[in-house]
Amino acid sequence: MSFRSKSLAEPAPSGAGSALGPTIERSERLPGEWRDGFKILALLSPALFLIVVLFLGGFAFGFLQSLGFLALVGDGGLSLEAYRRMLEDPAVRASLPLTLRISIISTVLSAVLAVASALLIRGTKRGQKFLVWVFQLNIPIPHIVGAVAMLLLLQQSGYFSRFAYALGLVSSPAEFAPLIADEFGVGIIVHYMWKEIPFIGVVVLAALQSGVSDFEEVARTLGASSWKRFRYIIVPFIAPSVFSTSIIAFAFTFGSYEIPFLLGRPFPAALPVVAVQSYNDSDLLSRPEAMATSVLITVFISLLVYLYMRVSDRYTGGVR
Amino acid sequence: MRAAMGRGILVIGLLIPLVPLVLWSVTRTWQYPSLLPQEYDLRGFEELGRPGSDLLEGVTTSSIIAIVVTLAAAGIGLSAGRALGLYHFRSKRLIQFLMLAPVIVPAFAVTMGIQVLFIRVGLNDTLWGVALVHMIPTVPYVTLVMGGVFANYDVAYEEQARVLGAGPLSILFRVTLPAVFPGLAVASLFAFVISWSEYLLTLLVGGGTVKTMPLLLFAYIGGNDSTRAAALGIIFIIPPLLLLALTSRYLTGSKRAISGLGKL
Repeated sequence: MSFRSKSLAEPAPSGAGSALGPTIERSERLPGEWRDGFKILALLSPALFLIVVLFLGGFAFGFLQSLGFLALVGDGGLSLEAYRRMLEDPAVRASLPLTLRISIISTVLSAVLAVASALLIRGTKRGQKFLVWVFQLNIPIPHIVGAVAMLLLLQQSGYFSRFAYALGLVSSPAEFAPLIADEFGVGIIVHYMWKEIPFIGVVVLAALQSGVSDFEEVARTLGASSWKRFRYIIVPFIAPSVFSTSIIAFAFTFGSYEIPFLLGRPFPAALPVVAVQSYNDSDLLSRPEAMATSVLITVFISLLVYLYMRVSDRYTGGVR
Repeated sequence: MRAAMGRGILVIGLLIPLVPLVLWSVTRTWQYPSLLPQEYDLRGFEELGRPGSDLLEGVTTSSIIAIVVTLAAAGIGLSAGRALGLYHFRSKRLIQFLMLAPVIVPAFAVTMGIQVLFIRVGLNDTLWGVALVHMIPTVPYVTLVMGGVFANYDVAYEEQARVLGAGPLSILFRVTLPAVFPGLAVASLFAFVISWSEYLLTLLVGGGTVKTMPLLLFAYIGGNDSTRAAALGIIFIIPPLLLLALTSRYLTGSKRAISGLGKL
């Protein structure tokens, strides 16, 4: 447990890392060495202090408040009342299927299209640099700016609607299908795909550029069809990258507030939107319920973080 | 042929949302169903040059917070990253989890819980309170990136400098920092952009008195003024695009660095 291969210090998903050759082992430091122990603690303490106080402390305080502790109203006793109210709340009940639908659809479609795009870019000879540039361009664009762009593109009087008019498909904005604040969450899903395809794609591209072509070449000379090369060489090579970035994308889409708030409906709304709605509710009885919803989101996404670490460890060759 | 079509769809699909954004930012009038604005002007950007305007205040407030957060995250993350990258110790796995969790778990969930304490100690509705909660996602992120950097760092150079008579400060500034600088620069820029783009944490802790760019953007979107919203959006993406220009070669290289991009 205390001794681990050094590659674990880099739990990033890495079909790539393993192909780059073995990492050079540094002399292992004994965990019992006092001097080192003190040094480690000193180096870590500012970051740990911050995370323990703000992150763990915030979680613990939220949890206590969800149990009725520090409540501004009520008898002050601890109870699971807020969790019962949360599960019976129509806003939460309507929100769960919507939130999961948005996260699952946008993550799966993004992952598939990201792999297709990465393979397409890799296979491009002329103009590859331009393609990579365009592919990376919207990665650093903040989500809320992307949301403004999506509003101007997809709303009923938006850019697409004007194209539809020019093509004679609609004769007024009202005839254009509502894609913003629609019941299904189309606008939200389109936005997430626009952001997540390049995000997953550049990681896949990096994995593809790290030695897979040698294996493909060998397989080709041995007569493997292009499908077989994809299935038995490319897929195993990129699977860890796709899986780990997809977990991050899924966690983000599940836990983010801004996009469903701007591009979705107030009801049914995504779970983070519901949490903030009840947090801001003038009825103070909603406070513990907001905390319960936050606790639910935190616990669920923490499980995803754990899953992400397991996936990363497994493929970086660490001791399981 | 099929590949060419695929490339075309990819490029158009990625770029087309930016077209109406750019056009609207310089629009004076643009009536339906016209494909191009009827009249152009720069009123969306002009506010930036007017002293005391909301826009100028937003840019200033956002910059101050993001710079404070970036400097703090760089220092704290450099130190913690060194511990994670250079040493093996018993609870390392737990620490890694503790550093990874705040990068992925939405920080608003824990911020709601801690706000009661912020009110008690007077951090609520202040710039410092906002900067402090912005450190929840940024400090762990820099720590993780620097952990990766220090895992490939050779401490022997420091030993050599010491043997040759260099003091601790001299070692830090002339050996360690130059060696890890590229990684630290990338991580810091990301920390800046994460703080720069943060909306909900600022709203929860700043309570509307700390008016950053994202809060202004939300107000403009709600106000139905497409030109102002689009112009603000364009101003908003300048630092992130500079970030891309400076770090794109690391983007495809470092998977650790990009995990933070899932945040933007």
